[in-house]
Amino acid sequence: MATIKSKTSSFSRNLMGVQLAQTPGLKQGLNGVTFISSGIPNLDNILGGGFPLGSLIMVMEDAEAPHHLLLLRNFMSQGLVHEQPLLYASPATDPRAFLGTLPSPLSTKDDKALDREPEQKGLRIAWQYKKYFGDNQQCSEGHRENRQEYSNDFDLRKPLERRSLSGGHIDCVSLKDYPKITAFHDRCSSFLAKFARNDAGPRCAGRIAIQSLCAPQCGYAEMEWDMISFIRCLKSMVRSSNAVALITFPPSLLSPSFAKRWQHMADTLLSVRAIPDEDKELAKLLTGYQDMVGFLHVHKVAQINTQVPVILEASTFSMKLQKRRSLVLERLNQAPVDGSSGTSYAKSAGCSGSSKAASIDF
Amino acid sequence: MDHSLNVLDEALRLDNATMSFCPGQVVLIEDCVETSGAFVLHHMIKRALSPNSSGVVLFVAFAQPFSHYERILRKLSCNLVTYRENGRFFLFDMLKLDYPDGDVGNTVHDRVFDLYGKIQKALEVISVSPDYNKSCITIMIDDLSLMEVAANGASNNVLDFLHYCHTLTSELGCSLVVLNHEDIYSDLMGPTLILQMEYLADVVIKVEPLATGLATDVHGQLTVINKGVIDEPGILRTRVRNLHFKVKENSVECFYPGSRS
Repeated sequence: MATIKSKTSSFSRNLMGVQLAQTPGLKQGLNGVTFISSGIPNLDNILGGGFPLGSLIMVMEDAEAPHHLLLLRNFMSQGLVHEQPLLYASPATDPRAFLGTLPSPLSTKDDKALDREPEQKGLRIAWQYKKYFGDNQQCSEGHRENRQEYSNDFDLRKPLERRSLSGGHIDCVSLKDYPKITAFHDRCSSFLAKFARNDAGPRCAGRIAIQSLCAPQCGYAEMEWDMISFIRCLKSMVRSSNAVALITFPPSLLSPSFAKRWQHMADTLLSVRAIPDEDKELAKLLTGYQDMVGFLHVHKVAQINTQVPVILEASTFSMKLQKRRSLVLERLNQAPVDGSSGTSYAKSAGCSGSSKAASIDF
Repeated sequence: MDHSLNVLDEALRLDNATMSFCPGQVVLIEDCVETSGAFVLHHMIKRALSPNSSGVVLFVAFAQPFSHYERILRKLSCNLVTYRENGRFFLFDMLKLDYPDGDVGNTVHDRVFDLYGKIQKALEVISVSPDYNKSCITIMIDDLSLMEVAANGASNNVLDFLHYCHTLTSELGCSLVVLNHEDIYSDLMGPTLILQMEYLADVVIKVEPLATGLATDVHGQLTVINKGVIDEPGILRTRVRNLHFKVKENSVECFYPGSRS
């Protein structure tokens, strides 16, 4: 085998993990990938740990609803909680105003209460599996204690404290100020220069959040190739630094072929979709329909340093606001059909049981 | 590791002894957003650099940095660092190309031209080396749509580049392997780059997600189209193979639909 003979053997001691333990907000993953939290614990679990450092995440917006802002706000807040430098760009005239809407982390007490309730509900349905759940629960509880540092639940109703917003590590940029995207590219590259990768491993990670990149206000409509060049350059810059970039864009504003090109650029590709107000058909099909605010679709999960694709158990998740304040993602559960036979009942119970397990620990 | 040909190699009609393509072939890999075709490329690098051939790979990397390929190929038991030192693997890192400046027309043309110059120079170096006569050279491009982006949309330049490379393939007997994304062009009318490529290619490999949806056992399906296969009685025809695949860290498992228990 070539690996053994070679100088750079794959069997080397990994010292990065030790270091990472001291860096809050970063987690060591497989294949030499370091994860950073998306700000939504459920999404981190779905993606296998979070967003890999050095990856480009793209979120396709729903043209009629601002659901992408939920992801963006949690992503930004999580970075600020960990005091990671942030570059935020948006087509708004005063992007700094958006910082006022960022959610603050739930206090641990609330967190506990929030967690306990759905678990009990799950157990009531599948009481006969209680003994299996026991272990699982403990383990996930312990897990949670460890991970407290890594990702937080956010209270969408409570704005982030002024204290964390006032630090000098937040850059807010209005895309309107950059009639040529080259200038914005330079801005990003100077921001990312601080996080250049070196052998010492990541000490600090940066986040770039770009909202509605191809919105008409920015005036980039006639510059399709320039835009995609910009994304290509941003991707390669991010890849060689300890940072992640999250871009949201409305695909309907791009021509179909460019929308596809943009999607190919993404390492991790997500899309959000709102639920039409009163869709009776859907309400009949899905359980917990009234709490749902929208759907999140995972199109692509980053494959960095590996060729194996991540096959998720489900690719569409419902976005729910638990107790109207914290965003959770759940797999879709089909409602049991009325007057169904015994077998199908058993099936649906098993189904909800397994999905519960998935939301505890992916 | 096993050096026997698997189903994929058989479908690609790789040569049994050298584990590589017949000289002068053009191979096009088409994939889409849902399913990446990069693993076919990795498989081909591995085959081209296999110990019982003396193939040389010129790799034009637009999509990923060297470390990414190095890690993947190491798991496929193929050490790119060693091959690079031995002069059997050349990587042209195009990831670091900076943003094209205002004076578009000029720089873009230069960029594609420069790349071709580099490839030509590398080929010259290889062809004077003593063990050239038995080596087979493969030029790989990952991926062509990004090359278009780097050329700022001048697909004619990209096409010219491909034609030049194709000339090289016939002159020096190297093969050309190109990855491109099919779905980008599906809405475009007229002679798109992908159609020109499909015409140029001897082997077209289409990577698609499974029509029936997500599965953990089967990651997707491959359609391998071999053009101009000569049958026993001497009839020229196109051979099409449909395969299912599962990508693993250390190999790609290919099998005929339904043949796996």
